[in-house]
Amino acid sequence: MQRSTTAHGLPDTFSPRPRAAERVPAASGRLVLGLLLASLFCAPLKLWAAGEYGYPIPGAYEATILGTPGNLKPELPTKMRVRNLVLDIFPDRERPPIFFYDDGLRCTFAYQKKPAPLVFLIAGTGASDRATVQITMLKALYQAGFHVITLPSPTNANFVISGSRTRIPGDLYQDSEDLYRAMEVAWNKVKGDIEVTSFNLGGYSLGGTEAAFVARLDRERKVFNFKKVLLIDPAVSVFHSAARIEELLGQIPGGSGKLGAFFNRMLYKFSEFYNYGNFVGIDNNFLYAVYQEKIFSPDEAAGLIGLTFRINLAGMIFASDVMTNSGYVVPKNKVLKVGDSLFDYLMVSSHLSFFDYFNEYFFPYYQESHPGVTREQVISYFDLRSIEGYLKSSPQFGVMANDNDFILTAEDRDYLKGIFGERAKFYPRGGHLGNLEYKENLAYMVDFFK
Amino acid sequence: MRNLRITCCAILTVCVLATLTACAGSGAHTRSELPPRHSIAELKDEPFAVVHDPWESFNRHMYKFDYYFDKYLFLPAVRGYEFVTPVFLQDRISNFYNNIAEVRNFTNSAFQLKGKDSVKTLGRFVTNSTIGLGGLFDPASKLGLERNYQDFGKTLGYWGVDSGPYLVLPIFGPSSVRDTGGLLVDSGITYGIYTLVDPFRGADNEFAVTAGIETLNAVDTRHQQSFRYYESGFPFEYYLVRFIYHEKREIESGKAGKDQSGPQ
Repeated sequence: MQRSTTAHGLPDTFSPRPRAAERVPAASGRLVLGLLLASLFCAPLKLWAAGEYGYPIPGAYEATILGTPGNLKPELPTKMRVRNLVLDIFPDRERPPIFFYDDGLRCTFAYQKKPAPLVFLIAGTGASDRATVQITMLKALYQAGFHVITLPSPTNANFVISGSRTRIPGDLYQDSEDLYRAMEVAWNKVKGDIEVTSFNLGGYSLGGTEAAFVARLDRERKVFNFKKVLLIDPAVSVFHSAARIEELLGQIPGGSGKLGAFFNRMLYKFSEFYNYGNFVGIDNNFLYAVYQEKIFSPDEAAGLIGLTFRINLAGMIFASDVMTNSGYVVPKNKVLKVGDSLFDYLMVSSHLSFFDYFNEYFFPYYQESHPGVTREQVISYFDLRSIEGYLKSSPQFGVMANDNDFILTAEDRDYLKGIFGERAKFYPRGGHLGNLEYKENLAYMVDFFK
Repeated sequence: MRNLRITCCAILTVCVLATLTACAGSGAHTRSELPPRHSIAELKDEPFAVVHDPWESFNRHMYKFDYYFDKYLFLPAVRGYEFVTPVFLQDRISNFYNNIAEVRNFTNSAFQLKGKDSVKTLGRFVTNSTIGLGGLFDPASKLGLERNYQDFGKTLGYWGVDSGPYLVLPIFGPSSVRDTGGLLVDSGITYGIYTLVDPFRGADNEFAVTAGIETLNAVDTRHQQSFRYYESGFPFEYYLVRFIYHEKREIESGKAGKDQSGPQ
């Protein structure tokens, strides 16, 4: 393949360079479907005039899947003072044999030798403390002289098992309490080793929405007195944003009930393309070719995003079901062992929609502790609008989001702009989180916390 | 007296009963299982990410073993190495071992009768061994001679050998029956060449030097891999890893995407 660099610099070193992971493939970070999802493209690249925003991928779905080309990311440190924290938040909690590896809530902690501000970062749906974007943000902030602690999302299985009091994620208020408790435990663990000049908070996607609720809790409890709080690509209404992601699956033939067949068809397409070309491996050049040749249509790209969401959701549903012995997808009273196959549970859980989880599992549980509450009321609680008064009156907030993010409606965007005014920074493109690792976006984030 | 006997019997009975109920109470598995609300029977869809894995139970236990091996032995060694070695030196060491691995890439490109790739790989090896100061630097990549990873498992795949069942190996991790065989052959060839060339002939501690070089090779290999077992926290991580490993191998050896099992 021709090794060329276009005017706006789309590189031959496209996407993060995989380390020499031939024998053991990487499966961490955003839970992508590895092969399929790293490699979609549907619309031709445009050139952006000098002085304009330089993130190059115009389509919302493509940006979401591809992220930021390698040479448009900033230089980040390769060596840091960093520690993995394992927090024993509920010392008496028993874990079933299949979760033997889960010995506490995992956080990643990067620290300076001199006094510095500390930033807590909350991950998005399903993601861990070491998700790719979490680590990128951690590095960018560390480089600028901050202490950083990254936390998993309350929807990540590790959080369900070791960080959630109820083990049933979805209640924005309860999840925020859990996050706040985790932050306190993490802070107690490290406060003897570092000097902190101020506390700050950030979160992306669902983690952005949660950051607002955590900050509100902090106003009452006053442990941290957050100086700055940044919401990155947040959902305004958690329920409606999840519904919009579910809609993406509606575009695949047969609907979401046929997502397995869809997956297999996309994989076949991907493999077939490899066979027609003369490629040396599934590497940057190959992925760039997939991108250039428009192998997947916009509907298919949308379907793959929906599918990734479902696979994340499946992990959360399964972990919660096992931890509460609810008998939702795993037989009640069944004790799963290390060698047991979980394949059927993966199939069943990934075919459950966010609505199934909400209506059949979450809402009945929620009603037990909140008698008389209606479904509509619950949906309206889990919405930034429900804490509007607080958000309006708090100057420490900022928003970083994109005009073409499909988890928000035009109304949501206007709402955020109306509430936060100049403190809401909207970029013209980037989809959902696609431009988060772009150098200009990271610089904006770092500047915000300064 | 009779009262005493009755009392003794009663105490004994209580003890036996208590032991039995304690047994029952200590293991939740003795409670009867109830069918879940949603089960596989209700799906009307193809399963996805399917890989032939008849030894799943064994594999899952091995996956667990690899996790502990990493946790208590391998990763502490890697962290120690990364701590004491400057990044610049780490990269030179990685390049050095990657250059030696070009021998494997070359032999297998040749086994697949890929003339152009073989010449490229040979060119890489010669360039990096000379201009690249014995493989410490990688000027070949800048000259457009990209690294072309090959191994005997891929060669077998190229000639139509089926991957066989998925297999998680101790320490090496995800593999298949075919790729395990390939690994043995590659190791044999490397060992053969090594014996032939015998670079440390006559050194005082030949064995110790060789062992040291092999250990550093293992540490460097792990250092170059960012994968950590169970790090994703995703309860189905095993299937994700299995799928990605298997499919990447199948696609790269040209076996996927052109058989009859594709969608109609």
